Amino acid sequence: MVDLTLGINTDLAREILTGFIKSEVTRIGMTHAVVGLSGGLDSALSCALAVEALGAGNVLAVRMPYKASSPDSLEHAQMLIDQLGVPCKTVEITDMVEPLFKLDPQITKMRMGNIMARERMIILFDQSEVFKGLVIGTSNKTEILLGYSTHYGDSASAMNPIGDLYKTQVRQLARAMNIPAPIIDKPPSADLWEGQTDENELGFTYDEVDKLLYLLVDQRYSPQEAVEAGFNEKFVGAVTARIRRNQFKRMQPPIAKISNRTIGYDFLYLRDWGT
Amino acid sequence: MKLNLALAQINTKLGDVEANLAKHMDYIKQARAEKTDLLVFPELSLTGYVLQDLVASVAHQPTEDDPVFKHLLKASRDLDLVAGFVDEDSRHRFYIASAYLSGGKVLHVHHKVYLPTYGLFDEGRFFAWGDSIRAFDTRFGRVGMLICEDFWHASPPYLLWLDGADIMLFSSASPGRGLNDKEKLESARWVERVTKAYASMFTSFVAHANRVGYEDGLHFWGGATLFDPNGEEIAIGPYNEEALIFAQMDLNQLRRTRARLPLLRDERTNLVQKELNRILSRG
Repeated sequence: MVDLTLGINTDLAREILTGFIKSEVTRIGMTHAVVGLSGGLDSALSCALAVEALGAGNVLAVRMPYKASSPDSLEHAQMLIDQLGVPCKTVEITDMVEPLFKLDPQITKMRMGNIMARERMIILFDQSEVFKGLVIGTSNKTEILLGYSTHYGDSASAMNPIGDLYKTQVRQLARAMNIPAPIIDKPPSADLWEGQTDENELGFTYDEVDKLLYLLVDQRYSPQEAVEAGFNEKFVGAVTARIRRNQFKRMQPPIAKISNRTIGYDFLYLRDWGT
Repeated sequence: MKLNLALAQINTKLGDVEANLAKHMDYIKQARAEKTDLLVFPELSLTGYVLQDLVASVAHQPTEDDPVFKHLLKASRDLDLVAGFVDEDSRHRFYIASAYLSGGKVLHVHHKVYLPTYGLFDEGRFFAWGDSIRAFDTRFGRVGMLICEDFWHASPPYLLWLDGADIMLFSSASPGRGLNDKEKLESARWVERVTKAYASMFTSFVAHANRVGYEDGLHFWGGATLFDPNGEEIAIGPYNEEALIFAQMDLNQLRRTRARLPLLRDERTNLVQKELNRILSRG
């Protein structure tokens, strides 16, 4: 019987993930990192891992609120900044994104959310140059698989230490790393508009979907086998469709091959080439 | 007879043979200072692991005039060495290889016979498959070498055993995977379980050198081991950090264990051959 508790050895996860950050930053001769702190759990964990890997003074936490962002988000980010003792910067995005919103009265919430996520990406990569630090990713395995992110927005980073941890595993590791309880306990939210929560928007809970994803992805169950294991057929269908539909967000755009040697197909090197 | 073994659990620079050679020379110096008889480096210790299109540019030949091997061969006058590299044959086929150097000479080169090409692995795309599994004589007795996936299959260690190897030297660049709530990664537990089992079943010494460090998101876990002919753990290296692990093999243990447990004496190779012939002839 497959164990669906998704329990992880948090000491070992911590050791491997901090080692990864340290290796990826230092092997190219750098020492610093930049993390966008939303006030939520994923970025809190990424930031704490980066601090453990590089030292508090070497990690810049950037808060990027919009006027409709929940006040709790700023406050929770501050709690973490105080606890970790990292240098921080707050860059309001309201004045940057509002002019774009005003250009089109037909603009939707979804488009506004995507614009905000991409504006934050611009700021983080700009701060990356100022602080001479690599941007640490904050996307977990659940949202990467479900495509619950903005392409080239929150999904953009220089490296991602938590992208192979499901949301429920992120919570376990966050507890082990003493992330403040209000951050761990609040409902996950992209905080792009008031009252938004991930679980409302997705239509299921992370506890449910993580178990299903673990069977489908890690344990290689077929959708039919997942139904036989007790998951609702409609739920399994919706999740498998979502995984497939969002493959594009997990890849570099395909290059049309016409030469004998083409980047991505037969020009193959790791990023760590030569280091 | 005692053999002072050292296992070099190193990180490598991907595709930078010169830098990796310098690290080998440094570890050789440390091992020599501890009066080591035999120093074993991990799989592809001179090149790094996920080479992809770097394969041709990092290939070397274990000869005296090779710019890398001339240094290692010279060092092998003081202590025996096993190093991992990309071997290019005269017809430009590239192999994942381990060379055993002793007294300034190459005693044996093993080409990896099982190239994992599934899951996260893509070795069969970039390398040629080795086609022999041979034990060879050293000043410590008969030795056999295998590389990573080679010993995930039961037949290569078995063949080495029948070919006279009493000391098996395994080397790996094993990416860690399978984190759950257990103390160790699934991949680490699996490798430790089978290497211990080979030592027990073949009443032989089994040493394993695995590398550490990262290549992109892959992480190599280390945990070098030495098991004696009773299957007892003589040494285990730390996880996830570079280390030079020293361990002594009391080669007289082979005699004591096999006097108690004559598995080698009783092995019915003719029966194995007969049944293999029958199984394979079924077509």
